[in-house]
Amino acid sequence: MNKHTISLFCILAVLWLFNSGIYTPLLLILGLVSIGFVIWLSLRMGIIDDESQPLQLSRKLPAYYFWLIKKIIQSNIDVVVLVWRGNGAISPCVATLPIGQQSEIAKVIYANSITLTPGTVAMNIENNSVLIHSLTTHSMEELREGDMARQVSRLEM
Amino acid sequence: MELLLDLISAVCFILGALLILSGGVGILRFPDFFTRMHAAGITETLATSLILIGLMLIAGWGLVLFKLVLILLFILLTSPTASHALAKSALHGKLKPILHNEHSK
Amino acid sequence: MLIMLAVVLLTVMVMALARALLGPSIYDRILAVNLFGTKTVLLIAVMGFLFGRPDFLDIALVYALINFISIIGVLRYFEYSDSKRIEGEP
Repeated sequence: MNKHTISLFCILAVLWLFNSGIYTPLLLILGLVSIGFVIWLSLRMGIIDDESQPLQLSRKLPAYYFWLIKKIIQSNIDVVVLVWRGNGAISPCVATLPIGQQSEIAKVIYANSITLTPGTVAMNIENNSVLIHSLTTHSMEELREGDMARQVSRLEM
Repeated sequence: MELLLDLISAVCFILGALLILSGGVGILRFPDFFTRMHAAGITETLATSLILIGLMLIAGWGLVLFKLVLILLFILLTSPTASHALAKSALHGKLKPILHNEHSK
Repeated sequence: MLIMLAVVLLTVMVMALARALLGPSIYDRILAVNLFGTKTVLLIAVMGFLFGRPDFLDIALVYALINFISIIGVLRYFEYSDSKRIEGEP
């Protein structure tokens, strides 16, 4: 029973309790049985590790999320303006950027953050570089400056 | 207090509706698949969040609030995965993005 | 306010359907269907509030799950349907 299994148990229990809303003994026992079944399956599949339950990041994630939400709002406004200005305003481009992060999970967070901010989409990750499609050359330059990469690297430390 | 919450949720709804409409216009207006993907991106991040946050504000405390949070989390977690899978398979399918440089030359 | 929101959502869904019909590539259609799906989730949630039946949220949640999985499934089918392009895939 390591900490990852316990964290998965807590998540599943909260999901069951709040989604059912009916607290009779029968349903609680059924919930316990299904949680046990899911944990058994996950243990068998070997997917309970610090990749599926990134507990080591949990202290730094809120600050990152705050920064990411701000970034998402900004780029949303940019893209909305571009939509209404029409096809003349966009300058789509494709570029390969290097990834500085070492761990797999930091790479995934970086690529997913790129995709989550409108205007840039991560198309492919190979070893240490990510292929990005961007709606304007400006937002590609912003990524190249590496503000987002620095934020993700801070998570990794 | 009640009135204030209603007011904030109305603002959220109006902003969300505007964003979602922009996304819809973008998906019709942009020239190729990869640019349309960005337009779909705005409806899936901020617009969805705003509408669901507006619903949360009028829902009040309870299970309904939790379910709305769950829907929001789920959409925010899965939408980058879906967009990435789409972009990657379009790339494998030899779909060429329109590039700005080729366009101007 | 909720009625206005529902009307806007329906309008955007029509736009997504138009894109799905226009194409031109298969990926445009999948993108449009994905967009249609997420808008359906929102519409179900809004409808739940409009009719005063928050139970609809459970349906919205399940619809979000199904939508995601179906998109990934359809994409895998199209990504690897042409086996000549990708080595090592059956």
